[in-house]
Amino acid sequence: MSEPKIPSTNPFDRSACEQTIHELYHFLDGELTEAKRKEIEFHLDHCGPCVDIVSFESDLRRVIADRCKEQVPQSLRDKIALLIDHELDASEPGA
Amino acid sequence: MADPKHFSEDAMVHADSLYAAALRMTRNRSDAEDLLQETYLKAFRAYDRFEEGTYLKAWLYRILTNTYINSYRAKKRRPEETDVEDVSELYLYRQINALDRTGMSKSAEDVALELLTDDQIKGALESLPENYRYAVLLADVEGFSYKEIAEITEVPIGTVMSRLSRGRAALQKSLARYVQEWALVKAEK
Repeated sequence: MSEPKIPSTNPFDRSACEQTIHELYHFLDGELTEAKRKEIEFHLDHCGPCVDIVSFESDLRRVIADRCKEQVPQSLRDKIALLIDHELDASEPGA
Repeated sequence: MADPKHFSEDAMVHADSLYAAALRMTRNRSDAEDLLQETYLKAFRAYDRFEEGTYLKAWLYRILTNTYINSYRAKKRRPEETDVEDVSELYLYRQINALDRTGMSKSAEDVALELLTDDQIKGALESLPENYRYAVLLADVEGFSYKEIAEITEVPIGTVMSRLSRGRAALQKSLARYVQEWALVKAEK
């Protein structure tokens, strides 16, 4: 049975991997300070397992966003346009 | 002061996105249509108070949020859970890797993402309790920042971050169930 591919247990690297995983979402959300972001990017340049995790989480997010897209039916667009037209007409001077 | 005559051309560009949010929150097509219409009507009437140069999409979402809370939250058709269980980090990633016996982890991840259907993903999102669902939707589907989400939902940034963290984890657990089911079916063949 294959082991989950979790980043290195090399003591030298461990805290960098742990930090990367811990900050993963803030990193993907673009909410880290410049300094922290650079630290993580530097780590990602040197750690295959962490890159695998980050790219999976990033792909997952993209899939969620793409699959949850919707299109407003034309009939609904028309209804809304009509509502707004009525409001505009009602507000015309001398209406 | 924004010009009401420009409202349609300025605001309708966000309709698809607002409609998606309305569908995920009401979980009902008819309610979502009503919610979208009400939102646009309210937005139009408030448009002269919109500060040009600020983020229109966030402003529209603020109105959607208020309209949803006032008109639709009370109409819930199913009993609502209010909390999510604690789920470990990287839940889905670990599940996929645990299931993959070929050692080709990269393509197992791609396969897993491919096999999840639109309905499964929407369903997993819709199964989250409301507050978590909305935070995840605003961040992951719409790309708002923590600060913007805090303003749209009128909660502190810390609360946003907590809802995101737990909501995303719960979402992953739901998605993992589908992946596990698929793997079981595949193993039986």
